[in-house]
Amino acid sequence: MLRLPTLFRLLAFAVLIAFLVQPQWFEPLLRPLVQENAPAIYNQGSLLQLTLLHLRTVAIATAGATVVALALAILVTRRSGAEFLPLSRSLVNIGQTFPPVAVLALAVPIFGFGEKPTLIALFLYGLLPIFENALTGLTTLPPSIMEAARGTGMTGRQRLMKIELPLAMPVILAGIRLSVVISLATATIGSTVAARTLGEVIIAGLQSNNLAFVVQGGLIVAVLAVLIHDALQAAERSLGSRMGR
Amino acid sequence: MIEIEGISKRYGETTVVRDVSLTIAPRTVTVIVGTSGSGKTTLLRIINRLVEPTSGTIKLDGEDNRSLPDYELRRRIGYAIQGHGLFPHRTVAQNIATVPTLLGWDRARIEAKVNELLTLFQLDPVAFGPRYPHELSGGQQQRVGVARALAAEPKVLLMDEPFGALDPIIRAKAQDDLLAIQKHFETTIVLVTHDMEEAFHLADRIAVMDKGEVVQYATPAEMLVKPATVFVESLIGAGERPFRLLAIDTVADAVEPGVAEGEAIASSASQREALSMLLWSGRKALPVVGPDGAVIGKVSLDGLAQRAAGPT
Ligand SMILES: Nc1ncnc2c1ncn2[C@@H]1O[C@H](COP(=O)(O)OP(=O)(O)O)[C@@H](O)[C@H]1O
Ligand SMILES: [Mg+2]
Repeated sequence: MLRLPTLFRLLAFAVLIAFLVQPQWFEPLLRPLVQENAPAIYNQGSLLQLTLLHLRTVAIATAGATVVALALAILVTRRSGAEFLPLSRSLVNIGQTFPPVAVLALAVPIFGFGEKPTLIALFLYGLLPIFENALTGLTTLPPSIMEAARGTGMTGRQRLMKIELPLAMPVILAGIRLSVVISLATATIGSTVAARTLGEVIIAGLQSNNLAFVVQGGLIVAVLAVLIHDALQAAERSLGSRMGR
Repeated sequence: MIEIEGISKRYGETTVVRDVSLTIAPRTVTVIVGTSGSGKTTLLRIINRLVEPTSGTIKLDGEDNRSLPDYELRRRIGYAIQGHGLFPHRTVAQNIATVPTLLGWDRARIEAKVNELLTLFQLDPVAFGPRYPHELSGGQQQRVGVARALAAEPKVLLMDEPFGALDPIIRAKAQDDLLAIQKHFETTIVLVTHDMEEAFHLADRIAVMDKGEVVQYATPAEMLVKPATVFVESLIGAGERPFRLLAIDTVADAVEPGVAEGEAIASSASQREALSMLLWSGRKALPVVGPDGAVIGKVSLDGLAQRAAGPT
């Protein structure tokens, strides 16, 4: 038996796919938002293609942020790397507090218009949640379990791979989830520097005073964020429940 | 054989283990007792090098325990701790297989060992092997913890308050199981506890620690008759001494010729159990039966009273 919230999510997913593949079906719903002869459905490119490009940008940036943040968290939680903890904390914090718009503005002169500045902004912005969560996960492992791991004769590397990372995984995943959701929304501003994301739809709506464009661009991003958030959370829960949490 | 020679451990200014020397005979159970903070855990962890001593050496069967990498040493020494320390993301079978897997045993051998141990600890391998630790009761988790420590057939098993989290009935059972398993595998066990009852029940020899020093290292009987210090005496508990003394030896050692009336007691029971039965049934003597069920004599209240008397 599917529970009601699950049904609801499946339904939302089906509607999203339908909208991306056959947007004109939804034309009557959006028509009231626009003036007489203005288009109610985005007509300057394929919504499906933009969505896929949007997801690709977020996926690449998050993958990069995950690799770097996790490597950093592992490094500073080893005995040999402990002295780098304060430094890496402040670096990552700067990445988070520096506004993505400013990163874009600084990156464009160096890398030119297109996807690259957006990737850099999203990467920097996504580091902090992953790093902080990985740090929490790796430093709050139960002492009796770590003691047992040493007592059974695991090497440092074996403890990391077999015990520490698996046990910290739900918390690390929660950090990745936060990062993905932030990136999904933030990626829209990439379109101001000509990255191909769903931001194009929103910007086109703003420029031509077309409320329907703004709403459909925003809704696609929002539904994507909710669905991906919930899917990752379900993965965390199933990992966690196996361990009896 | 474990030879502990002049081991000391200091943290900054404080000495938590001070110049400890003990020789532990193979295939025996040595229990380290003492008040909380007396350095028991630290001494135990120095044996498998979870703690490095400030000075002194430890030899296992004549070999310095620093002659091989610490992780390899630990794979050869079983280690069981209070609260079991089972890996929550691994099944019972995977937990028990930890050290054999690290040692690179082949699958069939690991599986056979896991099944053997689960059966030995009265856990059905089919039902319990695939479960996760949180799906087990406290007593079952503790047994799995000991099974994991024994999986690679170590000659030495270190145990730090292994039964501390168990309720009294399960604890008594766990202690008896441990003794049976110790005989079965001929393991040398060093066990830390602060429970004197447990110490007298399990120990071939007891080491009493006080403020980092071993103040007495003796058999339970010696310790009862000749406590080395006032501290040891108070730890044993003056009021318990005659009963602890009787608890050490079996009825077989106290059999006298003659006959007695009523229900018999087995010669393998402890003398304390015989005293208890005498007092409870209001008799002066009990018939004693041997392992084959034949009466071999009697055990008397007077005889036990003499045995329970301290030196005068
Ligand atoms: N890593 C450590 N750093 C500083 N002091 C410690 C450390 N480990 C143990 N101690 C101290 O050493 C003393 C003995 O500890 P422990 O061996 O755990 O005693 P026990 O097991 O007998 O209760 C305690 O006072 C404890 O605070
Ligand atoms: Mg202790």
